[in-house]
Amino acid sequence: MSVLIFVELDNGTIKKTSQEAIFYGAKVADMLQTSATVLAIGQASEEALSSAGKFGAAKVLHAADDKLNHENSLAYADVLTQAVQQEGSKVVVMAKSGLGDAVAARSAAKLKASVVSGVTDLPEVTGGFKVKRGIYTGKAFATVEVKSDIKVLVVKKNAVEVAENDGNAQVESFSPTLRDSDFAATVKEVQKASSELSLTEADIIVSGGRGMKGPENWDPLVDLANALGAATGCSKPVSDLDWRPHHEHIGQTGIKVAPNLYIACGISGAIQHLAGVNGSKCIVVINKDPEAPFFKAADYGIVGDVFDVLPRLTKAVEATK
Amino acid sequence: MKILVCITNVPDTTAKISFTDNNTKFNKAGVQYIIGPYDDYALARAVELKEAQGGTITVLHVGEADSDPQIRKALAIGADDAIRVNTEPADSYYVATQIAHIAQQNSYDLILMGRESIDFNSGVVHGLVGEMLGIPSFSPVMKLDIKDGKAEFAREIDGGKEYLEATLPLVLGCQEPIAEWKIPNMRGIMTARTKPLQVVEPVSVDDMTSLESYSLPAPKGECKMIPVEEAEKLITLLRTEAKVL
Ligand SMILES: Cc1cc2nc3c(=O)[nH]c(=O)nc-3n(C[C@H](O)[C@H](O)[C@H](O)COP(=O)(O)OP(=O)(O)OC[C@H]3O[C@@H](n4cnc5c(N)ncnc54)[C@H](O)[C@@H]3O)c2cc1C
Ligand SMILES: Nc1ncnc2c1ncn2[C@@H]1O[C@H](COP(=O)(O)O)[C@@H](O)[C@H]1O
Repeated sequence: MSVLIFVELDNGTIKKTSQEAIFYGAKVADMLQTSATVLAIGQASEEALSSAGKFGAAKVLHAADDKLNHENSLAYADVLTQAVQQEGSKVVVMAKSGLGDAVAARSAAKLKASVVSGVTDLPEVTGGFKVKRGIYTGKAFATVEVKSDIKVLVVKKNAVEVAENDGNAQVESFSPTLRDSDFAATVKEVQKASSELSLTEADIIVSGGRGMKGPENWDPLVDLANALGAATGCSKPVSDLDWRPHHEHIGQTGIKVAPNLYIACGISGAIQHLAGVNGSKCIVVINKDPEAPFFKAADYGIVGDVFDVLPRLTKAVEATK
Repeated sequence: MKILVCITNVPDTTAKISFTDNNTKFNKAGVQYIIGPYDDYALARAVELKEAQGGTITVLHVGEADSDPQIRKALAIGADDAIRVNTEPADSYYVATQIAHIAQQNSYDLILMGRESIDFNSGVVHGLVGEMLGIPSFSPVMKLDIKDGKAEFAREIDGGKEYLEATLPLVLGCQEPIAEWKIPNMRGIMTARTKPLQVVEPVSVDDMTSLESYSLPAPKGECKMIPVEEAEKLITLLRTEAKVL
C-alpha cells in the first residue's frame, strides 16, 4: 500500500521543504502501518537520494530520464500517477509550492483522488481520515474528513517538527511511460538567480518595506541578511516600484513564507502583508512609528529608524558569531 | 478567441474571519465580498487581450446567488456574458468538475483563473480542470501574450521566471503583474445590467471530502518591545529566548 512522497530536487539534493514532506509522509505511514516510498524526478546521486531514509523513507523511486531534467508539472504528474499505481499507494504527500500544487492537482484528477492543499498538521486516522488545513490566507483553519480512496495531501512548511535518524533508503530506478502531451510547452528561457537563497526554503528572512525609502538604501538590510544567512523579501509597493524584484514580494498577492524568523524593516504591517507571513515562528518588527499595526503581530519590536538599527544589529550578529 | 474566466466571490482581504453554528459555518455578517484578487488579474488580462485581438469573454462562477453582484462587476469590467453554476462549492474537486463540465460544452481557447482563491488557498483548481479536459495547465502565470493560436507566457518559479510557449487551448492560473486591475466605468456598469447571466444546475460529483469544523489560530502573545538604545539585545534574545538563531 505504502505512502508515496513526491520530492523536489535542487541541484541534485532533496529540498528542505521536501525533506519535511518525507518526514510527514513517514509519520502517516507509521499511523497506517505501512512504509514510506519517495519519488524523485530528475538528476541526483544515489547517495543524495538514499538520505531520504534519514527522514523515515524506506525506498526511493528515481525517475532519471533526461527529458525530465527540466521542472515540468505535466510530465511530473504523469510520472507520479504511474508510481502511485505501481506501489498501490493510498496516500500521496508533497510540499506546498507552485510545482507541488500543480503536480498534486493533475495527478489527483488522473487518480480520481481528492486533493487537500495547505495541510498544517498530521492527520487523524482513527474514525475517518481527517486533516487540518489553512484557509482564508492563514487567518483560519478547516478540519476536513477525506473520503476518497486515494488522498493527495499538499503540506505546508512547519506542519511537523523534523527529527533525523540514521536510516538509509534503498534507491530503485523508475522508468515511467512518457507521452508527447507531457511536453506540450516549449521552454524558451529560464531566468533564475542561482546563488540566491529561495524565500520558501529560507529559515530566516529579512524583509523591507517602503520605510527603506529607495532601492539605493537596501545595503544595510542585505548586510544583516548576509550576516544571518537569511533570504531577503519585500512588501508589495516595494516590488511594484521596482525597488526589488517581483519574486521577493511577500503577502496575500505574493509569496507566502513560513520561516523560523521574519525581520520586517520599515513595513507597516497591512493585513495583506501579514497574510503572507503569519506562518512564521518568530516575527521581529523594526519601525519608527510605535503605532504601526505590524507590532500587534510581532514577537519582538524595536521602535526606531531602520538606518540606525540595521547596521547595529549586523555588528551585533558579527561580534557574537 | 473565446476566453473563459473563472472567478471566486471571497471576503475582502481586510475582512475579519469568524464562524457560527458550532464552528461549522463562515460568519458572513458584516463581511464585504470581492472578486478574488488573482481572478481579477485574470479578468483584466482577458479584457486587454479582447481589446487587442477581438473575441468574447465568458465569466464563470460556481456558487450561490449572493455572488451575483461580483459577477455583474466582472461584466461591467468587460466580460460579455456569465454563467453561474448554482451550488455551494464543496471542495476543489467539486468546483473543478463543474468548470470542466461547462468548458466541455463550449470549447474555449483559453481558460483563465487566479493562481489561488483567497478563501480556500488551494492553488489546484486550474490543474484539476486542465487534467479533466486533457489540456495543459500552468500556474502562476505573470505575463501572457497570444500569437497565431499560441500562448507565450512567463511563469514564476522558485527565485525567478521561466518563459514558455504552448498551443491553445490552455488553462492558466494568473497573478500580477500580468495586467493592472481594472475598475468598471459608468458605461460598463450600465451595460452590465443587460448582459446575459445564465444560471445552471450542477452536475453530480462523488463525495470526496466533508467539513468537520473550522478553527482560528491561537491568539498571538504580547510583543516584547526593546528600547532602541539597546537594539543589540535583540540578537541575544533571538538566540537564547526565542531560539531561532
Ligand atoms: C487586494 C490587495 C492585495 C495586497 N497584497 C499585498 C501583498 O501581497 N503584500 C504586501 O506587502 N502588500 C499588499 N497589499 C498592499 C498593502 O495593503 C499595503 O499597502 C502594503 O503592504 C504597504 O507596504 P509598506 O508597509 O512597505 O508601506 P507603508 O504602508 O507605506 O509603510 C511604510 C512603513 O515604514 C515605516 N517607516 C518609514 N520610514 C522609516 C524608517 N526610517 N525607519 C523605520 N520605519 C520607517 C513607516 O512608519 C510605515 O509603517 C495589497 C493590497 C490590496 C488592496
Ligand atoms: N467557486 C469557484 N467558481 C469559479 N472559479 C473558481 C471557484 N473556486 C476556484 N475557482 C478558480 O480557481 C482558481 C484557484 O482556486 P483554488 O484552487 O481554490 O485556490 C481561482 O483563482 C479561480 O479562478
